[in-house]
Amino acid sequence: MAVGVGSDPTAVPRRPAPGVGTSLSVEPAGKLEMPENTLITTIDAVVNYCRKYSLWPMPFATACCGIELMAVGASRFDIARFGAEVMRFSPRQCDLLIVAGRVTMKMLPVLQRIWMQMPEPKWSISMGACASTGGVFDTYAVVQGVDRFIPIDAYIPGCPPRPEQILRSLMDMQEKIQKGGTLNGRNGLPELLERERFIDEKRRAPIGYATSLERGDEDRFGYRIPGGPGQLGPEESR
Amino acid sequence: MSTTGAPSSTEADPQAATLAVIAGVLGEGNVNPSRFGDNLRVFVPAGRLFEVLSALKASGFDWLIELGGTDYLGYPGPARASRFEVHYVLKNSATRERIILKAGVDDPDPSLPSAYPLWPGADWMEREVFDMYGIRFEGHPDLRRILMPEGFAAFPLRKDYPLRGRGERHNFPRLTRGET
Repeated sequence: MAVGVGSDPTAVPRRPAPGVGTSLSVEPAGKLEMPENTLITTIDAVVNYCRKYSLWPMPFATACCGIELMAVGASRFDIARFGAEVMRFSPRQCDLLIVAGRVTMKMLPVLQRIWMQMPEPKWSISMGACASTGGVFDTYAVVQGVDRFIPIDAYIPGCPPRPEQILRSLMDMQEKIQKGGTLNGRNGLPELLERERFIDEKRRAPIGYATSLERGDEDRFGYRIPGGPGQLGPEESR
Repeated sequence: MSTTGAPSSTEADPQAATLAVIAGVLGEGNVNPSRFGDNLRVFVPAGRLFEVLSALKASGFDWLIELGGTDYLGYPGPARASRFEVHYVLKNSATRERIILKAGVDDPDPSLPSAYPLWPGADWMEREVFDMYGIRFEGHPDLRRILMPEGFAAFPLRKDYPLRGRGERHNFPRLTRGET
């Protein structure tokens, strides 16, 4: 156990052992010695550790997914085991937006305003088929996936998802926050940066062209788009 | 389905008196009711619609149960005189008798007289028909959209409106995380 300090000038002097053969710490040669009951980490990791166990969800429940979300909050599934039981209906007190249910084009400005009202750092979950893709509601009034218009960190499949899936996505969310979060939290998760760039490109596209890409697959079920699947006119894309 | 002519020919008809009221407005021989089950349906020209509604209300039909619209563009079967039809389901709460009136309107600028002065309950129903079909109800106090957003430009239940819209559901600002 006698490890010399000598060769590494940055190493701290070794604490005297309380007795021969009783020290529980074994250090490799030449490495920094750690006192007992001490760990070294980064501030980001500590802050993320605190954040991920005290998420405050904002339930944006517009359809039957909201019922499953209520079941997660109830005693049988008990979202409190994950530290996310405090659901507040004011976006200014929340940091996790859960979009549960279909979002119509009349509701989307409300959703965007709620997202902008939430304080940083904040994350979002798109829960269920409707919020993620529009689901079976492929009509003029239903937004085909809220991730086109707000940033989304995690998706839950299902119609509606089981409560276990919501808990699973919450655990995934915690893992993402632990791995990807930073101290100020303004950058979001690293895997979202690619999508952010994609959305930013579409915003710079000329008017009409940005939406025509998303409409390009709308004839996949044999429906013929009036005027063809190409570029929309400017009067249609205002 | 059987068709009855003038009300005098159906002495056992419990709704003969109602048909007589309509005939009093439109004139004898101009009333061609049709029946399906126990539904009595009368097609009324749009220009005389408000007179017929007023006469029916004066004769005891105090309840406008339903007001709705239909777009018959491309509808199979015999050709219709007009593209849109608006139907009124009236009920006499004393005799429990009910009658269905239909009025046809056509492009461009379909419009009908509002039933709001007779039955204030027509307010939201006429707003909904206006919202979905673009049929204007002249004399309505507040003819705005009721379901679709204010800025919506089209009338989505018209048959020539595509099911997936004309791109309205895509035209929203895209929020990125950097700026929110």
